[in-house]
Amino acid sequence: MSITTDFMPVPPARRLAPALSTGWMGWARANLFSNMLNSLVTLALAFLLVKYLYGFIDWAFVNAIWSVPNDAAGRPDTQSCRDLKGVGACWAVVNEKHRFMLFGTYPYEEHWRPALVCLLFVGLYIVSAMRRFWRKELVLIWAGMLTLIAVLMWGGVLGLTYVPQDRWGGLPITLILATFGLAFAFPLAILVALGRRSKLPAIKALCVLYVELIRGVPLISLLFMASVMFPLFLPEGVNIDKLLRAQIAIILFAGAYLAEVVRGGLQALSKGQYEAADALGLSYWQKTAFIILPQALRLVIPPLVNTFIGFFKDTSLVLIIGIFDLLTAGKTAIIEPMWQGFAVEVYVTIGLIYFVFCFAMSSYSASLERELNKDRRR
Amino acid sequence: MSDAAIDPRYATRPPKRPLRLSWGDERVRGIVYQVVVVGIIGAIVYWLYSNTVHNLDVRRIATGWGFLQREAGLPIAEFLIPYDPTDTYLRALQVGVLNTLKVAVIGIVLATILGTVLGVLKLSKNWLVSKVVSAYIEIVRDLPLLLQLLFWYALLQGLPGPRQAINPVEGVFLSNRGLKLPFFEWMPAHNWALLLVVVGMVATYFYRRSALAKQMLDGQPRKVWPAALVFMVMIPLGVWYGQGAPFTPDIPALRGFNFTGGLTISPEFFALLLGLTLYTAAFIAEIVRAGILSVNQGQWEAAEALGLARARVMNLVVLPQALRVIIPPMTSQFLNITKNSSLAVAIGYQDIVSIANTTLNQTGQAIEGIAIIMLVYLTISLSISLFMNWYNSKIALVER
Repeated sequence: MSITTDFMPVPPARRLAPALSTGWMGWARANLFSNMLNSLVTLALAFLLVKYLYGFIDWAFVNAIWSVPNDAAGRPDTQSCRDLKGVGACWAVVNEKHRFMLFGTYPYEEHWRPALVCLLFVGLYIVSAMRRFWRKELVLIWAGMLTLIAVLMWGGVLGLTYVPQDRWGGLPITLILATFGLAFAFPLAILVALGRRSKLPAIKALCVLYVELIRGVPLISLLFMASVMFPLFLPEGVNIDKLLRAQIAIILFAGAYLAEVVRGGLQALSKGQYEAADALGLSYWQKTAFIILPQALRLVIPPLVNTFIGFFKDTSLVLIIGIFDLLTAGKTAIIEPMWQGFAVEVYVTIGLIYFVFCFAMSSYSASLERELNKDRRR
Repeated sequence: MSDAAIDPRYATRPPKRPLRLSWGDERVRGIVYQVVVVGIIGAIVYWLYSNTVHNLDVRRIATGWGFLQREAGLPIAEFLIPYDPTDTYLRALQVGVLNTLKVAVIGIVLATILGTVLGVLKLSKNWLVSKVVSAYIEIVRDLPLLLQLLFWYALLQGLPGPRQAINPVEGVFLSNRGLKLPFFEWMPAHNWALLLVVVGMVATYFYRRSALAKQMLDGQPRKVWPAALVFMVMIPLGVWYGQGAPFTPDIPALRGFNFTGGLTISPEFFALLLGLTLYTAAFIAEIVRAGILSVNQGQWEAAEALGLARARVMNLVVLPQALRVIIPPMTSQFLNITKNSSLAVAIGYQDIVSIANTTLNQTGQAIEGIAIIMLVYLTISLSISLFMNWYNSKIALVER
């Protein structure tokens, strides 16, 4: 019997998927132009974006003035900037004042020291962020680095000239306030969080009072307290430097907020962990140090990083009591009459510095959250 | 007594044994620890207190609240209650509290609206919309609020003077003196109408409650909006009309070097409100987004399977569940706006911190000044917390 070709299955001609539903066109159709309203919104938004981005680039780069000549008296002549006000940015102010914005009134020849300090801080953050360094030695690294930073800032030893604290300023102050604030607030927060969950009523009451009192008032009121009330608290003749007083206020403030984050971790831990530790006959401190805290802190790392970002930004509030941090330095840089009116350029520059730090931290927090959830979800 | 009724085998607590006076007894250790900690803290507080008393003595600062009754001589640019520099410090501080409340309340309302819109938009299926909103949120959250306030204030101060004011619509002027808006002259009839609107809101609330209760009984939905229209719009309008419908427009106009008439929004208030709203809205957007995402996809599908329209799915099924996740973090954002409004002092808006700080500098009453600031904020924080906790418990999931 011969097989008639009629029944032979004819292989279908290979047809490509419709061009409009694959590739970038399909993507655009699904995500940008899925219906009439969506298409209108996309077009309107794209128009506005292009218009304002174009305007910004025009202002910030095309029409910008990067440096200004000096006048007869040797001072910068900002007339060309004033003529272009609103049309082009005057980056000359940043060009001229960047050393002052970054390092404040620190002696000019010694600027390599605060610059090195900033690099050390960044290095310290990077090392602390790497999970392979998450062990006991990290505490030693921190102690060593902070000592090195103190030596570099103050000087007076190893042939470095002594620089008094009231000459410090700019970015190092911001980093010092944030980092030292964190280094001291964190242990305090752990103690307070443990105290708030303690069975001992007096200790619990003290911790609740501390946390609620601090969280109920703005940071400014604590900073005011540090600047005008602290001197009254101390015995006659004892004077604590203004920077240190602000630092103490920041530590007390951060401690209360971090304590609540840590408490969240302690509460999230299942009761079985506590009972198992008790069943092993561990003492309270053994139980806490070896069983509870390692797990509880791991649970709250992402919210902890978010809280750190908040403090990093909040250190800028010391401007109000006149401490020379990055923001204050920027604000002071434009006090001279010739530079007045160029605040926007300075604030954009300073904003960029804050943004780099905070964005790095928040991206890190997001990636950490994904990674930590991965092995928990399975 | 009642302990006897419980079978000792099922009692959850071990029976109390008498206190043994030894370090091995947990309760004795607990008492000793507490006494030591309280003792140390008490000693520190006493030490600080005695230092303070001594220092005040040496500097001849008299403590007490007498200064509140003295003449302030402190000019305040914006006030909600009548104020004059010859008034007392107490009056000045009251003006400050009201200024704080003003910016906080308006900021909370605006930030909630903007934040909710942004949060929903971030979930938009339109890629461009979602990316633009994400970029906004990321940028705003990563810059210090104080920097943003200074930036907006610098921008507003860089605007042209009144003579070259930006005039987008007739009667609206934006210049370095702030924003000028057309308004109308406020008369007693307006007070009555406003009062009736508030009464109408309460009446609408109760009407809606009884309508829902009746719907529970017979399953018939009842329309609420006609009653709402009558209560909140018709009656107040009627009363206003009955009193002769007074209305005198008050449109700002340029006279010489400044404006006359109209409603003024000062650059300080404008910058503060703008900064607070834009900053907090970014945080609220993330909260709203997380709240909506927290509602299980199955809830959407089940509601759609029941034949509910999309808007009703959102209103009746998704939002009530999302609100439970949204309310607690939202509370802390409301508290943050209130506390962050204290940054006003940096751009010269006269809130309670600014006025208390000036008072403190003029009178030297440092302790009282700081205490006033802290008390005011503690009171506001506590009130917001209590209200939001009440609301939260009202919408909490009722489980078996």
